[in-house]
Amino acid sequence: MIGKSVIRKEAWDKVTGAAKYTNDYVTPGTLHARLVTSPYAHANIQAIDIEKALSVPGVRAIVTGEGLPLTGEDLLDRPPIAFEKVRYHGEVVAVVVADTLVQAEKAANLVRITYEPLPVVGSPREALKEGAPLIHEQLGSYQKGRGIYPEPNTNIAHRTKIRKGNMEKGWAESDVVVEASFSFSPSDHAAMETRCATAEILPDGYIIIYASSQSPFMIKKLISSYFGEDVGKVIVHTPLVGGAYGGKTPVQLELLAYLASKAVGGRKVSVWNTREDDIITSPVHIGLEATVKLGCTNDGYLKAAEILYLFDGGAYSDKAIDVSRAGAVDCTGPYHIENVWCDSLCVYTNHPYACPFRGFGHGELSFAIERTMDLLAEKLQMDRLELRMKNAICPGHTTPTQVLLNNSNVGNLPKCIERLRELIHWDDWQRIEIDARTVRAKGVSCIWKTSTVDTDASSGAILTFNPNGSINLISGVVEIGTGTKTILAQILAEKMKMDIKDIHVKMEVDTQTTPEHWKTVASRGTFMAGRAVLKAADDAIRQLKEIASIVLRASVEDLEVGYGKVFLRDDPAIYVNIKDIAYGYKYPNGNAIGGQIIGRGNYILRHLTYLDKETGAGKPGPEWTVGAQAVEIEFDKRDYTYKIIRAVSVIDIGKVLNEKAAIGQVMGAMSMGLSWASRETFLFDRYERVLNPQLRTYRLLRFGEHPEYIVEFVETPQIDAPYGARGAGEHGLIGMPSALANALSVAAEVPLNELPLVPELIWRKKKGEHHGSI
Amino acid sequence: MATTQQCEMLLTVNGEAHSVIARPADTLLFVLRNKLRLTGAKPGCLNGDCGACTVLIDGGPIKSCMMLAIETVGKTITTIEGLKHSPIQQAFVEHFAFQCGYCTPGFIMNAHALTEKYPDASDDVIQEWLESNICRCTSYREIEQAVKSVLLKKHRND
Ligand code: FES
Ligand code: FES
Repeated sequence: MIGKSVIRKEAWDKVTGAAKYTNDYVTPGTLHARLVTSPYAHANIQAIDIEKALSVPGVRAIVTGEGLPLTGEDLLDRPPIAFEKVRYHGEVVAVVVADTLVQAEKAANLVRITYEPLPVVGSPREALKEGAPLIHEQLGSYQKGRGIYPEPNTNIAHRTKIRKGNMEKGWAESDVVVEASFSFSPSDHAAMETRCATAEILPDGYIIIYASSQSPFMIKKLISSYFGEDVGKVIVHTPLVGGAYGGKTPVQLELLAYLASKAVGGRKVSVWNTREDDIITSPVHIGLEATVKLGCTNDGYLKAAEILYLFDGGAYSDKAIDVSRAGAVDCTGPYHIENVWCDSLCVYTNHPYACPFRGFGHGELSFAIERTMDLLAEKLQMDRLELRMKNAICPGHTTPTQVLLNNSNVGNLPKCIERLRELIHWDDWQRIEIDARTVRAKGVSCIWKTSTVDTDASSGAILTFNPNGSINLISGVVEIGTGTKTILAQILAEKMKMDIKDIHVKMEVDTQTTPEHWKTVASRGTFMAGRAVLKAADDAIRQLKEIASIVLRASVEDLEVGYGKVFLRDDPAIYVNIKDIAYGYKYPNGNAIGGQIIGRGNYILRHLTYLDKETGAGKPGPEWTVGAQAVEIEFDKRDYTYKIIRAVSVIDIGKVLNEKAAIGQVMGAMSMGLSWASRETFLFDRYERVLNPQLRTYRLLRFGEHPEYIVEFVETPQIDAPYGARGAGEHGLIGMPSALANALSVAAEVPLNELPLVPELIWRKKKGEHHGSI
Repeated sequence: MATTQQCEMLLTVNGEAHSVIARPADTLLFVLRNKLRLTGAKPGCLNGDCGACTVLIDGGPIKSCMMLAIETVGKTITTIEGLKHSPIQQAFVEHFAFQCGYCTPGFIMNAHALTEKYPDASDDVIQEWLESNICRCTSYREIEQAVKSVLLKKHRND
């Protein structure tokens, strides 16, 4: 069962249109909301006139920002609806509720808002300049969580410091030093399902929410804490989610739906993002400006790293603080460096606010580090893969936050690099001229990632038996497309030695009846929920054996469970069928014992710690997944266009649980990384308004533009994980931007340190910036 | 206002006739989802950019967000709910050609029409058809393999 390419449990629902997503549940009688958003990136709100809008037939309420609590997960800095001031283009200023979407839209257009535009902040470096406009004047007074260090009277929401080793010594030991800067603007997750939430408040105070979310349990907690609602009365349903990639972790529309429902006496209200709102109003993929300085010996051993990461958190911090911290935790990339200085800042700008994106800061930091590694190799005149091999992080080394690595908590990076070298025929050629205008080139990168989750993140699982001995598996993991729930069924089938078709997976999460799974993020589903399922299975097995031991008149220790039976270990011919004891056992005379078997299990990550404020020392996550990646491109020297020919990943996944699903996850992540790196970005005008909030102008990779993909796995088990499997839902993405940039830099013979890598950028770098723009 | 006035229209969807009360300005996607409760076709952009809303009109793929329901009177509409046991559905399942599944109904309708119309489609034709749909989860390779497996089978059966 383990390792098999089991077809996902909800597969047939998904190919027949039966699969239901949040917006498919909107029932007749539901009211519809339309958002009124800010056309300015930074402005004071002087007046809001809703009179005309209210007179539109069908309009039931218009909600504005007055009197609402501030919200946020690490730092409470965001009013759910803008109040007195807007801080990004697209920010919600009012919510119009009407009988139909058409009416709501019409009224939304009639809401008159008077703004006084303010000077804007368009990048982290601008935000840090002396005299830059302050985006949050009240930063010093915001409530914050533990380990969050905003710097009042600046635009710095948080700073993580890494101080490891002795920098003076590191530089003294370095013969060769390179330094370079990197930058890219925020972009979007662009899940095909736009975000959606409905809320209804019942007469007895129960709040029923449907949400397209990765964090249904967080919605419940936050609504309770922001608005003083009884946490047990908030019930959140999350059906299948149509793509998330981190973008559906923040709690945003749910708050609006709740407020809107409250404004109309508890009636059910649906808040559904248009694509345009989904791109700029809801949280986005973070931008970064970085400077990296690396020093090494003449023979290529890294001795010192000085790193500055300025993450573009946008107008509100949400989870951007956490992303910037994750960037610090793994700041060096997967390399062994004894002396490390890093400042990773989450900076406020007047951009749409950022939240997690697949890779959680790692695709971003990897772009800066892996480009610098190539620059260093060039300066050393050393093979680029060899330089990486020499410095690959291994058991016995320590991470930037000073965690000592061993075989279990870090995989085998050298093995990944070796296999990559073969797969891409690295030693044959790295750059060749095909003809006068065509060049082919290869670029490589190495990746690593741990998951900086809450130190007390937990997951639970419940197993209930059916009268035929089949099992219902109930877990709080949201099915966002990763197939995790099917993998949980595989884990259970293996453990119970039963047919996977006898395991029925509850796809929907309902926070009232589903045990909590912290959040479906950070490639943590299989690890945490998998452990909880194994524990629940143990619990069920114990109960089955207890009843069977009475029926079979044998001691519990002599019994085994499997193949639908509980049997004697030394004589399997003596057994009782699970179906005959799953609901209690009935003796011939009518007496009965036992009852329905209900297995329960939970798992909490252990020994995680906060990071030290001054040095960053601490244990932020349970294990690292490592890997090596490559991209091969064909570049046209005449018009600066290129084709991605091939993309390769070798990842140490610990243990492959479902082969095709794992390859699919990695290829999908690679595709997303290449799409981002080659074409995706928000285009801002000088007032920091987003010019391309549509899929027509915000271009994604399309069918036919995809390269050949090669994915292979190395298996170094993480001994705490179910069957040794490491998280790998995000890792395929991490090295793609840097490998692509490395290949193109070699092909075009010019350093490319910005994203996205559009032909115009390459042309401009080649011809010098003075050519301006085409 | 004329655009808000409802009128009755007779639509033929998945082989059944439906009398629907809707505005002349309502899109086919809206009517399918909100009046007929056929939620298989998905809204992704309402702008013709993503293909999640693709259905078949008289056998050809159409983005239902770009067509008014009233324009389809007298035509045959097929949605994913009307597609039963087709080779393309089987192929999508076998080739893991979806993850979240949100783009899938649109992709399948488009690919189904393609394989029916051009059983010997070249790579260029396949690309020309399928580049109108976006999948954010898969790498497209899985979808390509699924589509090609159906084409290959058709070929063998000829
Ligand atoms: S919803 Fe019709 S093309 Fe996107
Ligand atoms: S499967 Fe998620 S968008 Fe295609």
